[in-house]
Amino acid sequence: MADIVLFVVFPYAAVIVAVVMSVYRYLDQRFTYSSLSSQLLENGMLSWASVAWHYSIVVILLAHLLAALFPGVWAALLGGGARLALIEATGMGLGLIAVLSMALFIWRRLANRRVRAVTSWGDWVLLVALLAQVVMGFIVAFAYRWGGMWYLHTAAPWLESLVRLDPQIAAVTPLPWLVKLHFLGGFVLVALIPFTRLVHIVTIPIAYLWRPYRIVIWNRRRA
Amino acid sequence: MKIQAQVSMVFHLDKCIGCHTCSVACKNIWTDREGAEYMWWNNVETKPGTGYPTQWEDQEQYKGGWEKKSGKLNLKMNGRLGALGNIFFNPRLPSMDDYYEPWTYEYNTLTNAPEGDDQPTARPISMVTGEPIDIQAGPNWDDDLSGSEVYAANDPNLEGMSDEDRRMMFEIERLVFFYLPRICNHCLNAGCAAACPSGAIYKRGEDGIVLVNQDKCRGWRMCVTGCPYKKVYYNWSTGKSEKCILCYPRLETGQAPACFHSCVGRIRYLGVLLYDADRIDEAVAVEDADLVEAQRAIIQDPFDPAVIAAAKANGVPDAMIDAAQKSPVYKFVKEWGLALPLHPEFRTLPMLFYVPPMLPIQALVTEHGVGQAHDESGAAPFFAALEQARLPLRYMARLFSAGNEDEVAAVYRKLIAVRVYRRAQNTTGALDDEARAALDGAGLTAEVAQAIFELTAKPTFDKRFVVPPLAREVNIESMVDPFTHKTEAGFGFRRDAKRGG
Repeated sequence: MADIVLFVVFPYAAVIVAVVMSVYRYLDQRFTYSSLSSQLLENGMLSWASVAWHYSIVVILLAHLLAALFPGVWAALLGGGARLALIEATGMGLGLIAVLSMALFIWRRLANRRVRAVTSWGDWVLLVALLAQVVMGFIVAFAYRWGGMWYLHTAAPWLESLVRLDPQIAAVTPLPWLVKLHFLGGFVLVALIPFTRLVHIVTIPIAYLWRPYRIVIWNRRRA
Repeated sequence: MKIQAQVSMVFHLDKCIGCHTCSVACKNIWTDREGAEYMWWNNVETKPGTGYPTQWEDQEQYKGGWEKKSGKLNLKMNGRLGALGNIFFNPRLPSMDDYYEPWTYEYNTLTNAPEGDDQPTARPISMVTGEPIDIQAGPNWDDDLSGSEVYAANDPNLEGMSDEDRRMMFEIERLVFFYLPRICNHCLNAGCAAACPSGAIYKRGEDGIVLVNQDKCRGWRMCVTGCPYKKVYYNWSTGKSEKCILCYPRLETGQAPACFHSCVGRIRYLGVLLYDADRIDEAVAVEDADLVEAQRAIIQDPFDPAVIAAAKANGVPDAMIDAAQKSPVYKFVKEWGLALPLHPEFRTLPMLFYVPPMLPIQALVTEHGVGQAHDESGAAPFFAALEQARLPLRYMARLFSAGNEDEVAAVYRKLIAVRVYRRAQNTTGALDDEARAALDGAGLTAEVAQAIFELTAKPTFDKRFVVPPLAREVNIESMVDPFTHKTEAGFGFRRDAKRGG
């Protein structure tokens, strides 16, 4: 029963909250729809933390997504032993970078007076949640070797069943508690998106690549 | 020909006394808020000097504006990919220390401190952290410190000058300096707008004012880098970029912007320019030396029937054309060629123009004592002084004509000729030979010289500020009935610019 709540009810609830509240925040509080940058106030530590964090976490997230969305492709990518080892090692390296940069993020907000002054409770909740998630992810990758492989038989079918609206949790219930916690942590973060600065994930300004450099807006449509 | 109207500005630097009244007027109206304390949408710098933020003119450091590379114009911050690639961390963003950390004083302790042996003091308190602060710098820390080894010697405009030149410049600076008031230039080819990943920065079609849509801005901060003048500021409290709005709420009610209105030296002129928007790309692509002329070329004659017809076809209202015909800015910039853009080499087509100051030119002459120059030949002594003053000319050319000394020299010849002409008028009441020679040398007629004198020395309020009727009621009528709107407008429902995470 507990497993149903945790691995069926909770993921659905998290996604619904994320979507509904993100739309609501966009309509109601568009002004706040971004991450509150503190680079102006401190840019030394941030240059190390932010670049390392974003590039490592983006690659790690894409790998998680790719394996869940296209398990066939992912399996083919892993292929033989050498490639599997390479991908696992890369993943663990990036995971370590993510852990260290998140730790630096937190240290920066504690140590710099100016940045501390603009840090909200939501920021602390998010920072702790993110640190916990990447630490768990790193330990899981380290302790339960070849996660790239077993992900395909555990998380991937579970996530796919959730998307198909036919939840099957048999693949995830027998997993170690730390792995389960990492799964749940992912959905906690999804639920946090509309309530924290994580909302900036959905504002990626990709249209910048093709919009014109000059924008002229008329108050009144011209005759 | 696509004619658009631009509310433009001229600052007459000879008249600036560096009192910062403009800055304070602006500060009181717009930036006296949390997150905006460090911003000075209008600031006044001492030149030569390092400015605010420190060394903002050094684009090797800040990567602002445009760059012409192998014939193609691109943002100096490596274009679109540069902006998106650095979206997680903008390596060219000035930090608060490049501006200054704003502070106030603990005034309350002066009256509330408990009785003790010592006088209570009002310690400086950071307006960011609320904690005591050791003040390091301020927005005009080098005020009047021209001739300083710390500030003036680090002016980026001295780059490329030999040590000997710098030494001579230093000697001049000990005698004379000038002030450079700066606001947003409301550029035609704005670097901030081009750099904005969210597309939140736009130019208003009616009047050319450049604004940041606060609801669209996502705080990526690329505009701060993209603007070579560093006139877009990041509000650390709201997470949005802000900039000079040319007091458009005042303009829309027929008033001059606060910094213009409050100007003690009456150095500021405001008026409409009509320009050909189709030729912007052409004007920003020319060689450095031709930039000033190219910019003048796209500014169109508001009396030309073809221009008027094109303007009307493009939806420029009659009242705007009328304002353009009365514009003092048009006279200074195009008709007389006296006002030059600041750092045209940034290629943003800034629409704030400066009449360069006479002082440094004459200061070289004062090596032989303060006063009027005496030339051996006797004829047109002021011009001779100008020819000797290559060094300050080079400096002024770095500021106002992308290094083209001919442009600056032409302006000075006119300014000098007007003075010689007026001296003749005042002393003899007639046009003597010297005055005639000066006018001829500058390419002016007595009538034009008189007109320059009138608009420079004794213009009335209405001559200086020709504010076009930017009637809000006309602008909104396509969206809402103005009479209905009138009963609904007012304070309305307002939300604080507050945010959580």
